[in-house]
Amino acid sequence: MTMTVIWTGMLVVSVLCGLATGQGNQVAAAALEGAAAAVELCLSIGGMLCLWTGVMEVMRRSGLSDGLSRLLGPVLRRLFPQVAREREIMDSISANVSANLLGLGNAATPLGLEAARRMARKSPGVASDALCMLVVCNTASLQLIPTTVASVRAAAGSAAPFDILPAVWLASALSVGVGILACKLCAWLWRT
Amino acid sequence: MDLIFTMIVPFTIAGVALYGALQRVDVYDALVQGAASGLETLVRIAPALVGLMTAVYMLRASGALDLAAETLAPLMDRLGLAPELLPLMLVRPVSGSAALGVGSELISTYGPDSNLGRTAAVMLGSTETTFYTIAVYFGAVGITRTRYAVPAALCADLTGFLAASWAVKLLFP
Repeated sequence: MTMTVIWTGMLVVSVLCGLATGQGNQVAAAALEGAAAAVELCLSIGGMLCLWTGVMEVMRRSGLSDGLSRLLGPVLRRLFPQVAREREIMDSISANVSANLLGLGNAATPLGLEAARRMARKSPGVASDALCMLVVCNTASLQLIPTTVASVRAAAGSAAPFDILPAVWLASALSVGVGILACKLCAWLWRT
Repeated sequence: MDLIFTMIVPFTIAGVALYGALQRVDVYDALVQGAASGLETLVRIAPALVGLMTAVYMLRASGALDLAAETLAPLMDRLGLAPELLPLMLVRPVSGSAALGVGSELISTYGPDSNLGRTAAVMLGSTETTFYTIAVYFGAVGITRTRYAVPAALCADLTGFLAASWAVKLLFP
């Protein structure tokens, strides 16, 4: 429903605004161009996107994500002290985070939901501190190689589509760091 | 330094293939099956992109985006962000395909290697579809009292946007 409101709103605003500014002709032309541009975008990023989901599947099958989640264990126990002693929850969380790091979005969500389900059993209806932390970690981008964006840049003719990697890592790290700090701070303020 | 980041892609692909082969994984079969799932993703986002890029094109042609950007320019200016990035920031937490549509428009209009194009790309790469994720998680496990999850997640998003602009200015002077 949210997207219905946003999409309809965008259309109505552009028609009204186009009429008001006397740019009705351009709006009419744009209405015919947008759809074609979307398909062109899909075609131009398609190859690279498929290649990367393929490489990621190889990573998953060769056990790279399992190894990564073992490495993450000690860090995650600090982030989730409330559930650190529960093997099954911690295993799902590490698998979720490592899948996110490798960009395996489709694999990450079921794993995260599994951890969330087990956490929610203890406080039905109310988000516990651990659950808030898990959700905030999943709303921040942990992906190490942002392949979709790189494909878009490559399609637009970038000289080096992956030269944004250090900037993406820096911005992601700051964003995740602030999210984690905000969670810890709120947990401390809301403690009962 | 540049060579490292140019070579990161071939290195990653070759390294993963070699590691998988040493682990006796049928690497080629995994690659092809994974690529097929990428195609599924593409088919799934294509209809949304068609709808959203139409709306974005119309909005841009109508001058509404310029108007909004002009109104909010002082605020964006104070945050050190280009006003052209505003639509991307507004749509990013709500819809991934809409953000991809708006972002790729910015990237192709201003050039992928321009300061603005890079900032848009870093914003897309360093943030997630926050509201969608929150809805999926809390919806799936029946949480109605979300406490501080939404404000904390939005703090992280805003930081990501600001950090994207700073990081690009810092690393691509």
